[in-house]
Amino acid sequence: MARHRNVRNRSYSDDYDYDDVYGHSVEEESCLSPSDAAQWMYDPSRNRHAIAHFMEGRDDIQEEVENETIDSPHTPLERRESIDLRSLNLDEDDEAKLMSCLDELRNVLGDTISDNTLIQSVLKHHFDFTKSLDEILNKNKKKDFTKPTIQFEPITHVTPAPIISTDGAPKIIATLEPKSLNVVKGFKVEQNNKLSSGPNTPRDQSPATGRSSPRLQHQSNEESKVVAKQKENKLDPKVQYNNERGTEKDHLYIVVIGHVDAGKSTLMGRLLCEMGEVSQRTLHKYEQESKKIGKQSFMYAWVLDETGEERVRGITMDVGRAQFETKTKRVTILDAPGHADFIPNMITGAAQADVALLVVDATRGEFESGFDLGGQTREHALLVRSLGVGQLAVAINKLDTSNWSEERFNEITKKLKSFLKQAGFKEADVTFVPCSGLTGENLVKPPSESELLKWYSGPCLLDVVDKFNIPERPISKPLRMSVNNIFKGIGSGFCVAGRIETGVLNKGDKVLVCPTKEPAEVRSIFINDLPSNVAFAGDQTSVSLSGVDMQNVSVGFILSDPVLTVPVVSRFESRIVVFNVKAPITKGYPVLIHHQSLVESANIIKLKALLNKSTGEVLKKKPRCLGNNSVAVVDIEVCRPICVEKYKDVKELGRVMLRVAGTTIAAGLITDIYP
Amino acid sequence: MKLLFKSIEKDGCGSIGLVPEEPEDMWHAYNLIAEGDSVTASTVRKVQTESSTGSSTSNRVRTVLTINVENIDFDTQACVLRLKGRNIVENQYVKELDAHLPISFLQSFLWDDECDLHRPMLAFFRATNLIQTISVQMGAYHTLDLELNRKFTLKKVLWDSVALERVETACDPAATADVAAVVMQEGLAHVCLITPSMTLVRSKIDITIPRKRKGFVQQHEKGLNKFYDAVMQGILRHVDFSIVKCVILASPGFVKDQFFEYMIQQAIKTDNKLLIDNKGKFLLVKASSGFKHSLKEVLQEPAVMAKISDTKAASEVKLLENFYMMLQLEPAKAFYGKRHVIKANEAQAVETLMISDKQFRCQDIQQRKEYVALVDSVRENGGEVKIFSSMHVSGEQLDQLTGIAAILRFPMPELEDSEEEDSDTD
Repeated sequence: MARHRNVRNRSYSDDYDYDDVYGHSVEEESCLSPSDAAQWMYDPSRNRHAIAHFMEGRDDIQEEVENETIDSPHTPLERRESIDLRSLNLDEDDEAKLMSCLDELRNVLGDTISDNTLIQSVLKHHFDFTKSLDEILNKNKKKDFTKPTIQFEPITHVTPAPIISTDGAPKIIATLEPKSLNVVKGFKVEQNNKLSSGPNTPRDQSPATGRSSPRLQHQSNEESKVVAKQKENKLDPKVQYNNERGTEKDHLYIVVIGHVDAGKSTLMGRLLCEMGEVSQRTLHKYEQESKKIGKQSFMYAWVLDETGEERVRGITMDVGRAQFETKTKRVTILDAPGHADFIPNMITGAAQADVALLVVDATRGEFESGFDLGGQTREHALLVRSLGVGQLAVAINKLDTSNWSEERFNEITKKLKSFLKQAGFKEADVTFVPCSGLTGENLVKPPSESELLKWYSGPCLLDVVDKFNIPERPISKPLRMSVNNIFKGIGSGFCVAGRIETGVLNKGDKVLVCPTKEPAEVRSIFINDLPSNVAFAGDQTSVSLSGVDMQNVSVGFILSDPVLTVPVVSRFESRIVVFNVKAPITKGYPVLIHHQSLVESANIIKLKALLNKSTGEVLKKKPRCLGNNSVAVVDIEVCRPICVEKYKDVKELGRVMLRVAGTTIAAGLITDIYP
Repeated sequence: MKLLFKSIEKDGCGSIGLVPEEPEDMWHAYNLIAEGDSVTASTVRKVQTESSTGSSTSNRVRTVLTINVENIDFDTQACVLRLKGRNIVENQYVKELDAHLPISFLQSFLWDDECDLHRPMLAFFRATNLIQTISVQMGAYHTLDLELNRKFTLKKVLWDSVALERVETACDPAATADVAAVVMQEGLAHVCLITPSMTLVRSKIDITIPRKRKGFVQQHEKGLNKFYDAVMQGILRHVDFSIVKCVILASPGFVKDQFFEYMIQQAIKTDNKLLIDNKGKFLLVKASSGFKHSLKEVLQEPAVMAKISDTKAASEVKLLENFYMMLQLEPAKAFYGKRHVIKANEAQAVETLMISDKQFRCQDIQQRKEYVALVDSVRENGGEVKIFSSMHVSGEQLDQLTGIAAILRFPMPELEDSEEEDSDTD
């Protein structure tokens, strides 16, 4: 690679090019020592300190990323490889001190040590120049590699600049979390060298470490590099995740479902009260007010049902949210409405959840009407299963009305067990808990009711929630965030709220608002109303956006990675499972399609094949109609383009629900998309 | 529509004089007129007259033109029908050209009356004594806009049974009941007008309403009010209370009740007499969503049925529902797709034939003939034929379902086995 190309317009992508060439020893083409080269070469990371500090413009890096080709495997990460001074949260004075220290250090050390290492040590020693210099030098000695040798060695193999610049990502975090200081990491890398040298080298702490071994590997095995590159890609967000979240309790999102009036809101309201999340004063207020309108039994439900409409009618209409903490988890509950009319809202809630809590009313007659006679117990359970929820707790509520009868409990359990098995829940993943929301029995404390104690020795509801497994978060995939709420935030701009389905979202990231494909920038991120710098897959976040108009964003949109964008289609192929339907599904059947929070009208335009339910083989091609409980491949056309993904690519965005006239007729997985 | 005269020969050719009286009639006319028919109607045309001194003036005159229809264009929202074709009959403005020159040559300069470039040519022709007065040329293109309350005469080479039936239904004065319907859900509403053979979406309201969040209920309620206001404006703007029999408000949950309450409150606040006086015309019904096709559910609601009974819309929905029921219970007695239905008809098995009027509007005369023959033969065999309006939601669905479907008298499982449905239209 010609050297004058590097002098000007040096960009990050060039760095990567360089990195690729790195394997076949650079000095053949440019016989320069790295120190010489460093004099002439433009080092983006160094320069930015000088300029970016005053301009506060970090955007240029990201724009370069947008120009990158899509198939480059590491693009989503490149954005985060930069050293971000802002993320260090320094005030102006400190920043100035840091800058001067860095300059001093560079005078001594040259460019051989990565900026990050420098920054870290400076910060560690509170801007004391000599101490940090000592540390850095000592560190290098420890590794049997004295720095001066690097500097003056005439035939060092790699120019340090690219290495430094690619260093960024993992170390930003390192600076944030003093625990994981680079010393440890440096060694780790060395150990890993033998396994997969490719990914590690560019992120290597000091360019000195293990220089020769990766080079040999590179030369010998070009292929492994490709594989390793991908690996690197996956590794990084995980490292970031572990650093950011390693110490915290895991987040768990739980949707509460069940037939209308099963007592979902009351149960959750009571649980929150027992956990101490609701102040005594508020509760007292609710008690008084609910008494006033003659609905005292709704006082706990009011904790979650906040709008006037909901309180007056005594039903939940939109998904309510609240948080509490258990021993090992931070739990967010999504209180779904049980009324049949609000199932679209319930789907929105369930699409964001990891696990579900099914509440059934144990009162004689109530359970039966909720379960057998077209009640929502069945539909909700089927829906959450189709939306990918695998773990379920069943709260047998209001058992006090049948005097904690074991017989009744068993009767309901038996019925539900066989149904849930049919619906596709594994028996091991379903737990049954007897409880009472209104009296608060067996919610957070083991039961005290003697009737219940006689036969029940299992866990209380809170323990069950605590025992849920956290599902795997697809952090390493490109960013997808589904929008389920848009509102005016505090100050300028507006916020969109939703769940990050896959990937990582950083403050300052550029995103693409799809399906309109408008670029926007993330101004700030809030998780549970607390500001945060980064959010990961699985998080429910509010994100304030700039660069796009509030009118042009609506519920159901996807915020996507600007390079690896989400497909926008109006026609796709889907494998559907038909539920109990009154009328068979034919060609041209108009349906409402639910996809995450999006509802859109659609047509089934083609019935492609009828499949065998268990084996999946084709029973009949082009069937005339689809009856109850059949499995089929169909083509669906949506009135307006929407963002979907194939199920095999992104599970979260590959599921659809089909509804007609207020009932769910089918659930589908997207098998193919027609761009 | 008013029928003025009807003169049809034994062989089926002949002409009919009609006066459209309401926008709806334009839809009927659209379905009646096919390419190749000739239509006589009064229209405004710019003509050029030439004085003896040679100066030419152009002015607009109302005249009666007869054109041979080549292109039909129907604007569903404005209910305007435009027919494009060539003049075929002479009158005081329309003149055959001098025979000395080939017509096509002259036409190429002259028929475009908007263009000034041919002035020198005119002078030339005049000077060479070829033409004394230029007006509209025979064979010149003209676009007829059919107008309300102005008579037009339609001449066809063949008046088939379907076309004659269409004339009959169009001229039946009984079936005129307009209904306005608003289907809505939080953030989405369609204001529709349902006439006997059309469903027109007058306005679509799509507003994002912030959801309720802990401690931020106001934004939700503010958004909701904004939405209700937009729907109310939509109703005021598009619903003519002097015509519609009733206004149906349909939604899941309590949106309709909340909206109705809001609207009446606003009406009282702003002293809107129109709304207050017509309060009794509103009918609240349940629907599963705010999308257009949930109108189907609305029309099946008993309360609505009672009000608008006998409109085509409601009966079509019911019929289609029957078809689906049959498909569910006895799949061997319900078939769709042209090939299956024709086969069933050959066995004289068709009890009810449902066919979309789109099939008769097709350009292909041969295909139209086939469908007409099918309809006639079903009738002959004692079956019932329903021609669905493709402007209704049920008709839209039938269109998607190949446009033709039938309920049979007796099961024909052998049809089901005959695989390879003729390939799809898309």
